[in-house]
Amino acid sequence: MMGSLVRGLQNIGDSALRIIERIGAVVLFLGQILGHSAPSFRRFSLVIREMYYAGVQSLIIILVSGLFVGMVLGLQGFETLQSYGSSESVGVLVALSLMRELGPVVSALLFASRAGSAMTAEIGLMKATEQLSAMEMMAVNPLARVVAPRFWGGVFSLPLLAVLFGAMGIIGGFLVTVVMLGVDSGAFWSQMQAAVDFRHDVVNGMIKSLVFGVAVSAIATFEGFEAPPTAEGVSGATTRTVVSSSLAILALDLLLTAFMMKGWN
Amino acid sequence: MNRATLNTWVGLFVLLGFLAFLMLAFKVGNLSLGGGSGSYDLVAHFDNIGQLKERAPVRSAGVLVGRVRSVSFDARHYNAEVHLSVDAQYHFPRDSSASILTSGILGEQYVGLDAGGDDKMLKNGDEIKLVQGAMVLERLIGQFLFNKAQDGGNDKSSNAKGAP
Repeated sequence: MMGSLVRGLQNIGDSALRIIERIGAVVLFLGQILGHSAPSFRRFSLVIREMYYAGVQSLIIILVSGLFVGMVLGLQGFETLQSYGSSESVGVLVALSLMRELGPVVSALLFASRAGSAMTAEIGLMKATEQLSAMEMMAVNPLARVVAPRFWGGVFSLPLLAVLFGAMGIIGGFLVTVVMLGVDSGAFWSQMQAAVDFRHDVVNGMIKSLVFGVAVSAIATFEGFEAPPTAEGVSGATTRTVVSSSLAILALDLLLTAFMMKGWN
Repeated sequence: MNRATLNTWVGLFVLLGFLAFLMLAFKVGNLSLGGGSGSYDLVAHFDNIGQLKERAPVRSAGVLVGRVRSVSFDARHYNAEVHLSVDAQYHFPRDSSASILTSGILGEQYVGLDAGGDDKMLKNGDEIKLVQGAMVLERLIGQFLFNKAQDGGNDKSSNAKGAP
């Protein structure tokens, strides 16, 4: 009885320690990437290439989901606000929820599953097929040549994607509420403009998506780089990328929101 | 894929993102260039500010002329000290009055500025002397009940006098 209790406690402690160790390893890896970033800025075409694969190829899914999310927000907000007789404020609801939360968070989640998993699989497979070791043999540092450009490509792409997501969402909300449901277009825009503050809402949303971009790219490249060099290892690493970056996005979002609500003081 | 097409696509992507950012900044966030060149501060002391928050609008004749910069408790006078930052293009006479009003029934609270007739204008850091604090619902109801009870009492006493 006592023994199994102690063993259960040990299991909890063990997994907790392993999670903390993992987080620490990702942060150390992030530091290593930053240390090896200089070459990717000297040869910026490497980063542009990764921006194509991470950013441009995620455009369609981001734009379409942004439109749908905005439309759903418009419909739901209209339904609820109408019972208070203030359906004109639906523009405020759509814009604020998109700027503050949904834009950065949903686009980061989509980015993690669309581009982050691809990053992990690519690097993991390069490791499994010993391309990374081959580079090392040629005195090319794989961190500088393979990992850092992918990291920066992701970091630059995500804020742009989040902004596009927000803009598409507002267009979607406009289409549903103004064009379909007949909310006054002047009230829609003017109430939105009165409520949305550039620094507190738009810029803070951008800061959030920048932080998410760093987190997702660091986790994705870390999982790929540390993946066991087998087919199984790569598939496990890809899954872990999506799971842990989604968790990281949501946890960081809570932290950042708490700080931003308090006004950084 | 060769480098030229890659660059074109990424360029398009960055341009699109930038346009979306501009749309969010100007069409949604109402950021204005130049026009709002600066602002000056005014102070007002209210006995009760109700639900007034930082960044609440300051309106005159219903038009947005500034925002509430900070709300703090004045420990010397035991009232609320409100700093208003008013757009530099608007000037108000020295005897203007500030009151805390509510937009709509469930709306947000804002500071309303009513211009006075003085020749001199309020400058940065000046205090608005004429103030009217927020209406607190409980006090209004309390006042109403008190008046009602007083009226009832008067009626009864006058009846009592008239009866014999």
